[in-house]
Amino acid sequence: MAAEYPSAAALYEAAKVVRDAGFKRWDVHSPYPIHGMDEAMGLKKSWLSAVVLAGGISGLLTAATMEFGPSSFLYPLTVHGKPTNFFTVPAFFPIMFELTILFSAFAAFFAMFIMNGLPRLHHPIFNWERFSRATNDAFFLVIEARDPRFTEIEARNLLEKSGGQHITIIHED
Amino acid sequence: MDAAPEMIKGKAATTVERPLARVPLVLNKRNFSWLTERISGVVENPAPRWWWVSFTITGTVAMFGMFCLGYQISTGVGTWGLNHPVGWAWDITNFVFWIGIGHAGTLISAILFLLHQKWRTSINRSAEAMTLFAVMCAAIFPGVHVGRAWMAWFMAPVPTYYGIWQNFRSPLMWDVFAVSTYFTVSVLFWYTGLIPDLATLRDRATSKIKKFLFGFFACGWRGSNRNWRHYEMAYLLLAGLATPLVLSVHSVVSFDFATSILPTWHTTIFPPYFVAGAIFGGFAMVLTLMLPARAMFKLHDIITPQHIDKMAKIILLTGSFVTYAYVMEFFTAWYSGNAYERFAFWNRVFGPYWWYWWVGMLFCNMLSPQLFWFRWCRRNVYVVYFVCMCVNAGMWFERFIIIVGGLHRDFLPSSWGLFIPTWVDIWTFIGTLGIFTSLFLLFIRFLPMIAMSEVKITLPEADPHYGSTNGQQPAAAGGKERM
Repeated sequence: MAAEYPSAAALYEAAKVVRDAGFKRWDVHSPYPIHGMDEAMGLKKSWLSAVVLAGGISGLLTAATMEFGPSSFLYPLTVHGKPTNFFTVPAFFPIMFELTILFSAFAAFFAMFIMNGLPRLHHPIFNWERFSRATNDAFFLVIEARDPRFTEIEARNLLEKSGGQHITIIHED
Repeated sequence: MDAAPEMIKGKAATTVERPLARVPLVLNKRNFSWLTERISGVVENPAPRWWWVSFTITGTVAMFGMFCLGYQISTGVGTWGLNHPVGWAWDITNFVFWIGIGHAGTLISAILFLLHQKWRTSINRSAEAMTLFAVMCAAIFPGVHVGRAWMAWFMAPVPTYYGIWQNFRSPLMWDVFAVSTYFTVSVLFWYTGLIPDLATLRDRATSKIKKFLFGFFACGWRGSNRNWRHYEMAYLLLAGLATPLVLSVHSVVSFDFATSILPTWHTTIFPPYFVAGAIFGGFAMVLTLMLPARAMFKLHDIITPQHIDKMAKIILLTGSFVTYAYVMEFFTAWYSGNAYERFAFWNRVFGPYWWYWWVGMLFCNMLSPQLFWFRWCRRNVYVVYFVCMCVNAGMWFERFIIIVGGLHRDFLPSSWGLFIPTWVDIWTFIGTLGIFTSLFLLFIRFLPMIAMSEVKITLPEADPHYGSTNGQQPAAAGGKERM
């Protein structure tokens, strides 16, 4: 069940109401990220950063293996008369740095998609013609019927009470 | 941050005016749908006639460049004017020139994002696009200057039949990794930023093909806050990763020179000097592209005089860094007491390439940005455009002076020489200008040139506390309250 709100401020207040009513499977849609909405919805900090850290560490290890493997063991190359062991790490550092960044960036990019369940070809919400303005200037709140607390009457009351307009039931297909 | 609202409440609970009101970033109180309409309109409306004219010209120039590249690859590096003692000339000058231009895009999109500079939102998308196109142009030159371009895969550390591996301690190898990482991360960052705006275009698309293409690339984005939560974290982290990356890339480029033993190349000042110069030249190129685009698509309410003013100030700041570095180089040459170093700098100013220094470095890079001390100059688009053109040219001359200036006077006078460019040299460079502008024209035609979802955050009504009655108006800049 979905409702439209006239402004970001109205949506923000409505989110707090729905959160306090104890719903779990619901979401708000806005054309831009609304600051403070995570708290209003009762969401915690995204754990995407942990994935990026793992990506960074794997990048660093990959670079170290890729550089010291050939340079110290497979094909030791004496440069400037310097040894080929691990103590010459400063000259190996730029590539380690670059690969750390590269792997972290890939981790951030792909983790964002996977954690958001994207890309996906279709979503029931696109069946609602008003929703095409969600990426323009409109603000929506959607409570899913899958929510254990969901009853049609309660959800409608809640959305009406919080100032929702154009309250509609959106079907799966 | 917390003290300011307290002060307002305590001092005058009745007035809602802030002691330091900010000039709004979007003028004339435009609303969300106006922004969507105006920015998407650039993509949706038929291409204006000037676009076709410009694209025909730049496309033709790009074709010339392609032809020269093809000729150079099929014939050999001998088609360029390179010879002993000048083994690097226009090719590497162009490489450093283009890669430097890219840096401003990343600075705007990443560093200004971390610094909460909300004004970046009007210009970051096109600046990032400019970065990508500049890095593409840059990558051409080291790729083909090796002579046998088809052997470029030798730079990739893969096991081969020969059992020969790369020298990972070579600055040229660092360059390969730095530039390719830079390009990849810039693409990821740019595309991540594009997704919400592609969704906007998808939802507005009228034809089936457009709906499919925008829908495909928007990946089913629906502006859900659960998605925005991860999205914002990813964007923040990409910005945090791009920041040290951009500083490292031009530092690594400068290592190509700084690790050598040639007078004027062998200096420790190079990394910060190159990074400052890159941002300096890059901002000039951002303005070079944005000012005409702003005029042609009537984006004056989104790219306001305030934006131009701020970019001009960055040009002044980085231009002053560069000036300091130039002066410091002379001081170091004198103070070192090294005869070769002293001669090289004397030769820079009074040698055969004297006018490159007087026009390029002194007038264009050191003096012209000093106009931006004056507010009138920063607010006058013609003056701004003139200075940007000077800086664009000056930064090319600077790289030429560094590279050829370091090479053409060898240690032994019997090995002295000059660099004379051939028509292939000249047209390859002009060709990359054509490739760059053509790609940019295609970009403004097919993708939203301003980050709609980000500009919307800067509107006052974007704030969830907008219009609340507790006497605290959100900052005009929107979002976080900052004084």
